Amino acid sequence: MRLTHFAPLLFPFMTIGAVQAAEVQVAVAANFTAPIQAIAADFEKDTGHKLVAAYGATGQFYTQIKNGAPFEVFLAADDTTPARLESEGDTVKGSRFTYAVGTLALWSAKAGYVDNKGQVLQHADFQHLSISNPKTAPYGLAATQVLDKLGLTAQVKGKLVEGQNITQAYQFVSTGNAELGFVALSQVYKDGKVTSGSAWIVPADLHDPIKQDAVILDKGRDNPAATALVDYLKGPKAAAIIQTYGYQR
Amino acid sequence: MIHARLQLDHGAFSLDLDVQLPGRGVTALYGPSGSGKTTCLRCIAGLERPAQGFIEVNGQVWQDTEHGVFVPPHKRPVGYVFQEASLFAHLSVRANLAFGLKRIAPAQRRVDMDQATDLLGIGHLLDRQPHNLSGGERQRVGIARALLTSPRLLLMDEPLAALDTRRKNEILPYLQRLHDELDIPVLYVSHSQDEVARLADHIVLLDAGRAQASGPIGETLARLDLPLALGDDAGVVIEGKVSGYDPAYQLLTLNLPDSQLNVRVAHTSLALGQSLRFKVQARDVSLSLANDAQTSILNRLPVTVISEQAADNAAHVLIRLEAAGTPLLARITRYSRDQLKLHPGQVLWAQIKAVAVLA
Amino acid sequence: MPLTSADYAAIWLTLKLASLTTVILLLIGTPIALWLSRTRSWLRGPVGAVVALPLVLPPTVIGFYLLLALGPNGWIGQFTQALGLGTLTFSFTGLVIGSVIYSMPFVVQPLQNAFAAIGSRPLEVAATLRAGPWDTFFSVVLPLARPGFITAAILGFAHTVGEFGVVLMIGGNIPEKTRVVSVQIYDHVEALEYAQAHWLAAAMLVFSFLVLLALYSSRRARAGWS
Repeated sequence: MRLTHFAPLLFPFMTIGAVQAAEVQVAVAANFTAPIQAIAADFEKDTGHKLVAAYGATGQFYTQIKNGAPFEVFLAADDTTPARLESEGDTVKGSRFTYAVGTLALWSAKAGYVDNKGQVLQHADFQHLSISNPKTAPYGLAATQVLDKLGLTAQVKGKLVEGQNITQAYQFVSTGNAELGFVALSQVYKDGKVTSGSAWIVPADLHDPIKQDAVILDKGRDNPAATALVDYLKGPKAAAIIQTYGYQR
Repeated sequence: MIHARLQLDHGAFSLDLDVQLPGRGVTALYGPSGSGKTTCLRCIAGLERPAQGFIEVNGQVWQDTEHGVFVPPHKRPVGYVFQEASLFAHLSVRANLAFGLKRIAPAQRRVDMDQATDLLGIGHLLDRQPHNLSGGERQRVGIARALLTSPRLLLMDEPLAALDTRRKNEILPYLQRLHDELDIPVLYVSHSQDEVARLADHIVLLDAGRAQASGPIGETLARLDLPLALGDDAGVVIEGKVSGYDPAYQLLTLNLPDSQLNVRVAHTSLALGQSLRFKVQARDVSLSLANDAQTSILNRLPVTVISEQAADNAAHVLIRLEAAGTPLLARITRYSRDQLKLHPGQVLWAQIKAVAVLA
Repeated sequence: MPLTSADYAAIWLTLKLASLTTVILLLIGTPIALWLSRTRSWLRGPVGAVVALPLVLPPTVIGFYLLLALGPNGWIGQFTQALGLGTLTFSFTGLVIGSVIYSMPFVVQPLQNAFAAIGSRPLEVAATLRAGPWDTFFSVVLPLARPGFITAAILGFAHTVGEFGVVLMIGGNIPEKTRVVSVQIYDHVEALEYAQAHWLAAAMLVFSFLVLLALYSSRRARAGWS
């Protein structure tokens, strides 16, 4: 109590925002868990606001938001869900923007299995190729576009196994049940390199961009922390963090 | 011959028995509840496996722990009648009866369906379901079902205990017929002296898992050193032979075994020479120094005093007598004993107030 | 009818999975239940607890461990590979294994209760009537435990139909192989295809209700009759 009261006096270099320190409830796509945690630390330090994050599937967040969930900012795993919320009038107009662009990677838990040109797909001497559900997961859709473009769709048809989301697609590969799979680079990438196994970073021109959009929701309309977070995500500090996790901007 | 040596320890209860029983007739395992009667029967059937055991029935070894012999229950030629009839609820009476029968090779069947249903009077029940039978009917079906396995030994675990007096009296005659008509040795567990007196030829007295006595029914019931003699029901069982009938007074004369001494009892006429079991209770026997003919008491026998024993109540004593070799018990007051100056070897008259014909 | 051929394929697959799982569970659940209802061994507690685990564990835990165990580095996976069967994840066989584990308590427990209710007396009676252990099982235990078998089969079948988490974890969502109704519904919901989700979900709801209705009414009928 007393500390809060004297905080401006004790820390005269703090920004004005800290005086009106607020809390922001954020719904975060599960694949963005690690980056948002790194960003949140900096964001809280720099602005004095507090970020409370819930992680989950974008489709489920949509349903929850439509049914009155108290989220103020939504960091989706795609661009269609925020657009849909916007068209249905559940967001602050004009707040929608792309906070990250996902990078697709063909990955195997085995070192040396995936070559850096993705030739392994042509040989097709694997049993299972893991992707995320193309109907619901943008990475899954991108994966099918890549296969189409490479003319391999028919060839791998019987070998595709689908995870419900990108986490599960990764799990199938990491446990060895599928020899390889299309995952989010962010899942296997840290500080500028692939952390384990072998991967082919799929060129962006083989599929539509995997845009992850953010939006301020109705409930965050008057929360200065919500606006602050969106501004922060657009800034260079967040961009640098996001890139170390294998996303583009 | 049945030889059973059983040792078993269930914590609070232990069984330690070594009994030799006759291989024919009905042997009662008699004792209070918890004395080990049922456990003994279950061991003989193989339903329970004693730690140490040797069981031999008419020359066949069913169990010998020392030599690792254990014949499983379904391979022992026993019939088992449980306290509750335990009929199979999913089968009709007929199918219950057939259950054991059809598992016996035809060549080894010595009891057939008609014989068993006649013997127990259940011919009219065959198409019923067990839940539509009375307790007594159920138990008769249970007995018939056991008989139809043509057992070499019939084990009966208090078959009447779950029934009321009327049902008991309904079944007892069937059991007596069984005894008379089938040559199957029976081990009969009971805590009812009345049932034992009616049915048993031989008795094993059990207490706390030990055999206190084992012997022919007549002798054993008259032993003063056993708690059998103490109860209100104490008395002797005598196997008499019909030696005459008085149609005018409707009195049947029964000779004591191997003796000309006889008792007369109100009864219908029976063939001369036929055996009839009767019970004389100790409280119905009074003693007199003279043969007093001026009394309504019909039966007066010359007896010898063998021994005496304090009764369970301080005013009474029990006197063991013999009438031409047949044991009798008399329960009289201590006062009368002193008045008559009773002593072993003394000869006097026993007046028998009542004779209960058992069969 | 707004159901697609993919929906019908999922329904057919689900029925096939549930039927096969139920048959297998009755076969292996019977000896387990019989043992649990009779034994005095100290193992009774631990075995009973293991069988009951799926009742309390989230299906994702079972699914996760199955994914590891059935995978190429797991002990089951090593075994099936040694047999030349490859790995069983993403296969119908894998789903059957998962479902058997997941639905085990729903079959074992009603059977165990039924066997316990029979008690040891009819078995002893049968033995004294010369029936050996197998004979006794088929001629006495099976008929007396019939209501238990019916309950076990219905619950095992219905619970397998309702299975989701395990299938999600080890199935790979392959049409006609591992894409069952519950996953199909989840897909529809995720894709915001609410109309189709409704149809399938409603069908599932009606099915489950009818199963439970049959179960409870037959129970009452039996109770009233005996």
